[in-house]
Amino acid sequence: MTELICIVCPMGCRLSIDDSMNVTGNSCKRGEAYGRQEVIDPKRIITSTVRIEGSAFRRCPVKTDRPIQKHLVFEAMKLLDGVKLVSPVNAGDFALKNILKTEVNFVVTKSM
Amino acid sequence: MLDLIVIGGGPAGLAAACSAHEHGLKNILIIERGAELGGILNQCIHNGFGLHIFKEELTGPEYAARFIEKLKGTGISVMTNTMVLKITPEKQVHIVNPSQGYRILHAKALLLAMGCRERTRGALCIPGERPAGILTAGAAQRYVNIEGFLPGKRVVILGSGDIGLIMARRMTLEGAKVLACVEIMPYSSGLNRNIVQCLRDFDIPLYLSHTVTDIKGRRRLERVIISKVDKELKAIPGTEIEFECDTLLLSVGLIPENELSAEAGIEIDWKTNGLIVYDNMETSVPGIFAAGNVVHVHDLADFVTEESMRAGACAAEYVQNGERAGETVKTVKGFGIGSLVPHKIRKEASKGKIEFYFRVNESFKNRSVIIESNNFTLARFKRKVMVPGEMERVTLDRACIPESGEITVKIENEDGGNEND
Ligand SMILES: Cc1cc2nc3c(=O)[nH]c(=O)nc-3n(C[C@H](O)[C@H](O)[C@H](O)COP(=O)(O)OP(=O)(O)OC[C@H]3O[C@@H](n4cnc5c(N)ncnc54)[C@H](O)[C@@H]3O)c2cc1C
Ligand code: SF4
Repeated sequence: MTELICIVCPMGCRLSIDDSMNVTGNSCKRGEAYGRQEVIDPKRIITSTVRIEGSAFRRCPVKTDRPIQKHLVFEAMKLLDGVKLVSPVNAGDFALKNILKTEVNFVVTKSM
Repeated sequence: MLDLIVIGGGPAGLAAACSAHEHGLKNILIIERGAELGGILNQCIHNGFGLHIFKEELTGPEYAARFIEKLKGTGISVMTNTMVLKITPEKQVHIVNPSQGYRILHAKALLLAMGCRERTRGALCIPGERPAGILTAGAAQRYVNIEGFLPGKRVVILGSGDIGLIMARRMTLEGAKVLACVEIMPYSSGLNRNIVQCLRDFDIPLYLSHTVTDIKGRRRLERVIISKVDKELKAIPGTEIEFECDTLLLSVGLIPENELSAEAGIEIDWKTNGLIVYDNMETSVPGIFAAGNVVHVHDLADFVTEESMRAGACAAEYVQNGERAGETVKTVKGFGIGSLVPHKIRKEASKGKIEFYFRVNESFKNRSVIIESNNFTLARFKRKVMVPGEMERVTLDRACIPESGEITVKIENEDGGNEND
């Protein structure tokens, strides 16, 4: 039995996941999926910034387009140190593709 | 003369302007002191915005962009890098900017959306020395996410508000060591999900019922000492814990930015520094409306958007049809309620619904929220958990509003009773 707080939305439901992967305490379907995933293989969205040249600001915000395995978070962050974008960029553009061969990408979240 | 001037280009100002336009206003101007629209959302690069309104999880800049896109083609004018210095009850707006200098604009209605600012160390009276390295969590967020500087390497965070929690994760990801998050209350004021994904994910300890009791350092911060507090929030001698650190982030609450409003003589709730508003988001001065964090501090940008759309629509109605008439019914904070909006309701239309936003002043489990008038219960809403850190919302049919008197919003007593407290 594992007790978790669902982090998918601000409701923060308290989930219980038993040994046969039944989830209780969730208020919606997304909570069930999260609970199971969290026990099997926790994943997180990373949001951060990268350098950008030619814009009024020095940093451009980015995020992973899908959740990435939690244990890869710091390694993925390191890769961002080497990324430098040049303005103009559009929200949705790739900042870094196929992070650590996970097929997850860093995408720009602000046109600048 | 303009129809409507919106002061502040954050999510509140953006949504209000769009909504006023949709409700028929043509000459709308948004004035923003920053270089770009979006307000505080520009530095909130984390995700979690938009779940209510767009059913998607967006980052702050993505959420802002949805509304900035919407402005295109509406003819709504925008002035950035423009500071509003003064407003008057006659709806004059004094502005200054680098290209036009000082100007006075005039509109039929104003909409205040100036947001809020962070409480600083001064407002809290922390004892100890005054070295560099002590800043608010939001200032740190700006340094890291927009300017690209890491303000410190070893960090203690005072206050468990969402901004502090978000910055604990952000600074950890950028290579800083966050040693502790310290909260004076026995509960966190931030969202549960942020405690989990910002502190627990990185094994950052949360010290509840603790506060900073000493600050040491000559030029740069060197050490922070925290102590446990008793029920009266007084430090208990002998419980000190010392942290070697170069940075102390303060995440101890937000204050609505109402200097402009106060100077114009608009009524303010001095306990929260928020504006006093009617159910149509109109302030005590006819034709001056308000929305977002300038009225009351929201935790969710989505709620800001909803409230602001309503405010924008009501401002349009004012410009087109004049002041709403009707008897005023006051709202009263009953047992367990810390803050409540709206403060006043006009009993004019009997159709539609009224939304009440409130915060409880202590944690409650399995209690009902009661709306009553003259000892008569108008509505009851069951809640599993209510905590001071999260704003609650209930809606009431306008038809239920009494002809006169007051409406009280309160939490039921422990025994489920409804007698007066
Ligand atoms: C650090 C932080 C993290 C947050 N995280 C989340 C989250 O994860 N999820 C979520 O849903 N919500 C979150 N929120 C809440 C949400 O972002 C805010 O509630 C929302 O931005 C408030 O909108 P607003 O328009 O009222 O204020 P603001 O966004 O502050 O906008 C006010 C604007 O008015 C301008 N202004 C002020 N005075 C003047 C003047 N005199 N002249 C001209 N312009 C002026 C300011 O420059 C600013 O741009 C967070 C808030 C903060 C501060
Ligand atoms: S279970 Fe559903 S409602 Fe509850 S926190 Fe998770 S996503 Fe939100």
